[in-house]
Amino acid sequence: MDLNTIWFSLVAVLFTGFFFLEGFDYGVGILLPFLGKNDTERRMIINTIGPVWDGNEVWMLTAGGAMFAAFPNWYATLFSGFYLALFLMLAALIVRGVAFEFRSKDPSPAWRNMWDWAIFAGSLLPALLWGVAMTNLLQGVPIDAQMEYVGSFWNLLSPYTLVGGIAGLLVFILHGAIFLSLKIDGEIMERARQKALAAGVLAIPAVLLLAVLSYTQTDLFAKAGAGAVLIGSLMALVAAYLLLSRGKPGWALVANGLTIVCYIAAIFWGLFPRVMVSSLNPDWSLTIYNASSSPYTLKVMTIVALTLVPIVLAYQAWTYWIFRRRVGPKNLEY
Amino acid sequence: MDQLLLARWQFGITTVYHFLFVPLTLGLSILVAIMETIYVRTGNETYQKMAKFWGKLFLINFAMGVVTGIVQEFQFGMNWSGYSRFVGDIFGAPLAVEALAAFFIESTFIGLWIFGWDKLSKTVHAATIWLVAFATNLSAFWILVANSFMQAPVGYVLRNGRAEMTEFFALLSNRHVWYQFPHTVLSGFTTAAFFVMGISAYHLMRKNYSDFFRRSFRLGLIFGVASILLVSAVGHFQGQYLTQAQPMKMAAAEALWESADPAPLAVLAIIDEQNQTNSAEIQLPGLLSFLTYNKFSGEVKGIKEIQAEYETEYGPGNYIPPVVPVFWSFRIMVLAGVLMAILALYGLYLQQTGQLENKQGFLKAMLWAIPLPYIANTGGWLMAEIGRQPWIVQGLQRVEEAISPAVSTGAVLTSLLGFTLLYGVLAVADVYLLSKYAKQGPEEKILDDRVGTSKEVSLWT
Repeated sequence: MDLNTIWFSLVAVLFTGFFFLEGFDYGVGILLPFLGKNDTERRMIINTIGPVWDGNEVWMLTAGGAMFAAFPNWYATLFSGFYLALFLMLAALIVRGVAFEFRSKDPSPAWRNMWDWAIFAGSLLPALLWGVAMTNLLQGVPIDAQMEYVGSFWNLLSPYTLVGGIAGLLVFILHGAIFLSLKIDGEIMERARQKALAAGVLAIPAVLLLAVLSYTQTDLFAKAGAGAVLIGSLMALVAAYLLLSRGKPGWALVANGLTIVCYIAAIFWGLFPRVMVSSLNPDWSLTIYNASSSPYTLKVMTIVALTLVPIVLAYQAWTYWIFRRRVGPKNLEY
Repeated sequence: MDQLLLARWQFGITTVYHFLFVPLTLGLSILVAIMETIYVRTGNETYQKMAKFWGKLFLINFAMGVVTGIVQEFQFGMNWSGYSRFVGDIFGAPLAVEALAAFFIESTFIGLWIFGWDKLSKTVHAATIWLVAFATNLSAFWILVANSFMQAPVGYVLRNGRAEMTEFFALLSNRHVWYQFPHTVLSGFTTAAFFVMGISAYHLMRKNYSDFFRRSFRLGLIFGVASILLVSAVGHFQGQYLTQAQPMKMAAAEALWESADPAPLAVLAIIDEQNQTNSAEIQLPGLLSFLTYNKFSGEVKGIKEIQAEYETEYGPGNYIPPVVPVFWSFRIMVLAGVLMAILALYGLYLQQTGQLENKQGFLKAMLWAIPLPYIANTGGWLMAEIGRQPWIVQGLQRVEEAISPAVSTGAVLTSLLGFTLLYGVLAVADVYLLSKYAKQGPEEKILDDRVGTSKEVSLWT
C-alpha cells in the first residue's frame, strides 16, 4: 500500500469516526425540542452529549485538516466548489456550538427556547448537508481539466443526492434516539425509544432507495466489494431496528453504528482511487495521485498521524468511560 | 466590488473576529489552572470558587473562539483555492497537526473539566484544565507555524508548479515563529491579566467579595506585569528581525519613504500615499536606527528603495502595502502596550504599598483598561497581515493569484454578509453574558452544566 492509499484510508477513517460519533449528537440535537417537554428534560438531553460533542466535532476538523495536508487539490476543489453549501454548514455549526454553551446561562424561557431551536437547526442542517455532500462525491460533479468546479449550488442537488441527504439525516436521528434511550433516565428513555423506532421505519426505505439509486446513478456497484458493503449497511440498519424493538438498545447502537461505518466505507471504496468524480470527463476526476501532496509531506504526516491517532482514541474512549452513567433529573444543577 | 476585495474583507473580518476570543483563552486557561492548582494544594475553597467563577467566563469566551476557528480552517479552501493548491503541501501540514495534537486534547478535556467536578479526583480534575491550557497554547504554536510560512517561507522548493515541503523541521525552527509565537502567546497572557484585573477592580471599587477579588487581582497583576514586560521585549527583537525578513512591512510601519542613515522615528505623520511623502511629521532623530541596530546610526531602507529592489527581483509591479493602515495599526498597538505597562507597573507599586483598594481612580482606570489588550492584539494582526501585501506568501505568491477561480462574487458576498451578520449577533449575546456573570460575582451557583447521575446502569442493559 502506498502512502497515497494510506492517506485516502485515513481520511475515510476520520470521516467514519466523525459520522459515527457526531452522528448521534446531531441526532440528539435534532430531537431536543421534540423530546424535551420542559426545561429539566431539555437540560438532561443536552447533558447526554455535553461532555463529548466538542471532541466529536474535532473529527470533522481533523478530516478537513488531513485533506488539506494530504490532498490539497481535493480540499481546494471541494470547498471552493461546494461553497454555499459549506457556508450554510459553517453557519449552522457556529450557532450550534455557541448554543450549547450559552443556553443555560440565562434563566429566561425565551432565551433558552431560542438556543434550543438553534441547536435543532444547527444539527439538522449539517446532518442533511453531509449526506448530500458524500453522495455528490460519488455521483460526480462538473469539474474541468484544471480541477475547478464549474457548476452552481443547484448542481449539487439531484434526486440521488437529496435522497442521500435525507437518508443520512434519518440514520443520524435514529442514532441519536438510540443513544438517548441508552444515556438518559426516566420517562424520556421510553419516548426516545419510540422516536428511534419511528426514525427506523423511515430510515429503512430511505436507505434502500439510496442503495437502488447508487446502483443506477453511480458506478459504485462496479466494484463488487463496495456494493456488498453498501448492502451490508442496509442490513445493519434493519438489524438495528429489530434489536431496538426487542429491547436491546446497546446492540442497536452498535448495529446502527455499523450502518454508518459500512455506508462511508462503501462510498470511499466506490470512489477509490478517485477522490472526486468529474461528471464532464472521467479523465478530469481528482485522484489520490493528482490531488495529493508530495511524497515527503505524506511521509511526515504519516509518522505524525500514526503516533497521535492512537493517543486521541485512548483519551476519547476514556472520556466516554468517565461519563458512562445515565443522565437523570436529580442533581441536575442550574 | 470584486471577488478579490470581498474575499480579503472576509479573511480580515473572520481573522480579527476570531482573534478577539483566542488571546483571552490562551491566558485565562492558565490562570484558571493556577487557581485550581492552588485549591488542590492548599484546600482553600476560595480558590475553587475562583476557578469556577473565572472558568465560567472562560467558557463563554472559549465557545466563541472555537466556533469562529472552524471558519478559519475552511475559508482557505473556500475563498483561496489557488493558495491552497500552491502551498497546501506545506501549509496543510501544521493545520492537520494542530487538529491532531492540540485541538483534540483541548475539546476533549474541556468537556471533562466542565462536567467532571464530581466524577474525577481533585488532582485529575486540575490536570484536565492544565491539559486544556497546554493544548490551547500548543494550538497557537501550530497555527503560527502556518502563518509564519506566509510571512517568511522556509523549508520548501518550487516544483511541479507549487511549493513543496523539503524539510518539516525547518518549518518548526523558522525564526519567524520563534518571535511571533512568544509575542502572540504573551499578548494573550496580557489580555487575560487585564481581563481579570479589570473585573476584579470593578468589584473592589464596590467592596464586593473583597477577599475573593483581592486575591484574583493579585494573581492577575503578577501574571500581567510579567507578560506585558516580556511581550514588549519580544516585540522589540521581533521588530529588528522583521527589518531583515520583511523590510517592506517595517518601512511601511514607519512610513519611511526614503532610506536614511541615521533613520529617525516618526511618532506621528500625515501620510500621502499618492505622492509617497509625509507631511507634518513629528520625528525623533536617530531613534529608528537605534531600535533597529541598538545604536544611533545605521541605514534603514525606505519604501522606495525596497520597491525598486523588488521590481528587479520579481518584475514590474507595486510591492508597497497600504502604508496608512500599517503605520497606524503599529502605533495603536505600541501605544496600547505602553499604557498597559504603565498601568501594570503602577498597580504593582500600589499593591506593594498596600494602597490598591483605596485608589478608586486607579481601579476605575483598570476597568476601563479591559479593551486595551484587545486594541493592541487587533492592531498587531492588522499590521502583520496588511503589511504582507501584496503577497499572500512573501515573495512567492501574490494575493490576486490565490483566490478561488470557481467562486462567484455573489457567493463571496453572500457568505461575507452572512458571517458578518452572525458574528454581530453573537458578539452581542457574548458581551451580554460576560458582563452579566462578571458583575454577578462568585456567589451564584457557578456551573449549571453538571450532569446529574441517578443510578448506575451500564450501556448494555
